[in-house]
Amino acid sequence: MTDVLLKVENLKKNFGGLQVLKGIDQKVRMGEVVSVIGPSGSGKSTFLRCLNLLETPTSGKIWFEGQEITAKGVNIDLHRQKMGMVFQHFNVFPNMTVLQNITLAPILEKKIPKAQAEQKAMDLLKSVGMEDKRNEYPRRLSGGQKQRLAIVRALAMEPKVILFDEPTSALDPEMVKGVLNVIKDLASQGMTIVIVTHEMGFAREVSDRVLFMVDGVIAEEGTPAEIFENPQHERTKEFLSQVL
Amino acid sequence: MFYDIIAIWQKYSYVFVEGVKWTVFLTVITVFFGTILGVLIAFMKMSRVKILNAITALYIEIIRGAPMLLQLYFFWLWLPKAMPFSMSERDCIIVALIINSSAYIAEIIRAGIQAVDKGQTEAAKSLGIRNSYMMRYVILPQAIKNILPAIGNQFIFMLKNTSLASTFFIGELMTSWRTVQTATYKPIPALIIVGIIYVGMTWTLTILLGIFERRLAASD
Repeated sequence: MTDVLLKVENLKKNFGGLQVLKGIDQKVRMGEVVSVIGPSGSGKSTFLRCLNLLETPTSGKIWFEGQEITAKGVNIDLHRQKMGMVFQHFNVFPNMTVLQNITLAPILEKKIPKAQAEQKAMDLLKSVGMEDKRNEYPRRLSGGQKQRLAIVRALAMEPKVILFDEPTSALDPEMVKGVLNVIKDLASQGMTIVIVTHEMGFAREVSDRVLFMVDGVIAEEGTPAEIFENPQHERTKEFLSQVL
Repeated sequence: MFYDIIAIWQKYSYVFVEGVKWTVFLTVITVFFGTILGVLIAFMKMSRVKILNAITALYIEIIRGAPMLLQLYFFWLWLPKAMPFSMSERDCIIVALIINSSAYIAEIIRAGIQAVDKGQTEAAKSLGIRNSYMMRYVILPQAIKNILPAIGNQFIFMLKNTSLASTFFIGELMTSWRTVQTATYKPIPALIIVGIIYVGMTWTLTILLGIFERRLAASD
């Protein structure tokens, strides 16, 4: 298929003697929203972090836009510029204003003129309702605002896919909805998304496909309806009975 | 005793002032060049080249492990023989002090950089920002807030430790004491004067550093 954006083949990852990923095969198509769910310690985050090589796979191959990024001699920075990532703990840059956070990578790595990068950043900030915060430092933002900033920072690079690593897990409950709405908007605009999440309602509503991971493998996958209404695997049933 | 102190100060104040000048000069030059050298060593220690790690780790361990006085003796004895040009005793001691502080400052810098949250590195990488830019725009501006106060402490530490250079009579404040006590046969009043000056200098620096640290914290 030509519209496969990400392809993973027999991906394995060890941390010391512990095998965290035990062979994962996946394809993510352009425009697809894929949720990864499962108990903690199942390898969800590690899987996600392998996709942009924040974790180096122990073995296996990963293709992005048809190019093998796990091959030797690949300049991964160039690929990462097209794969946004949003973290559980936001990881916004505390030494920069909101606007500087967003424009840093476009100016440095895409050589976009400052004025143009700032214009674009302002448009993005407006879309998440934060245009009045452009000159604030992150210490003055709430958790929800920091996470929206992190999303906008990723979007400013015009990525082909965004990887979300439990984006609402560190938020106060009243902040969760605002962030999820931003992600929903992205999904509806056709952005390709891979999201590790504990928000089952969200996964059910927004995903095209849900992966259930346990013990370093994808135990079951399917449409939200298949996974949530008619799970086949014992572990999926057990997990869902605990979280729903 | 009190009158001895006053009398000695009145007669020999110029000797103490001269000593203070040298103490401050030695400390400033040692911390300045020690920082330049320390930056180099810190980056070598953090580099991916194994041999550089090993060499710098050894350098730091030896210098932090051996007594400072021993290092002063070593360079004082060895440098004049090893160098093709002539070096004064004071030059040798300055080199020894710089090398000594470079090891401590290298560790301060390394620790300051590694104390920056790992998430910052990951965020920069995930945006496709190359390592050199990441260091310059993301990591170092944050690390500097950890590093500067610690270098301030190193400055205070060196201010006191330059006194060891008096062993070689090279003219800092502790040498002033030796000069005055030889002239007066009154070592204790002279020592009290020197002690007051040292404590006065370190107190002042500690207070200034405290103000500076609060400012840094406020901009966080």
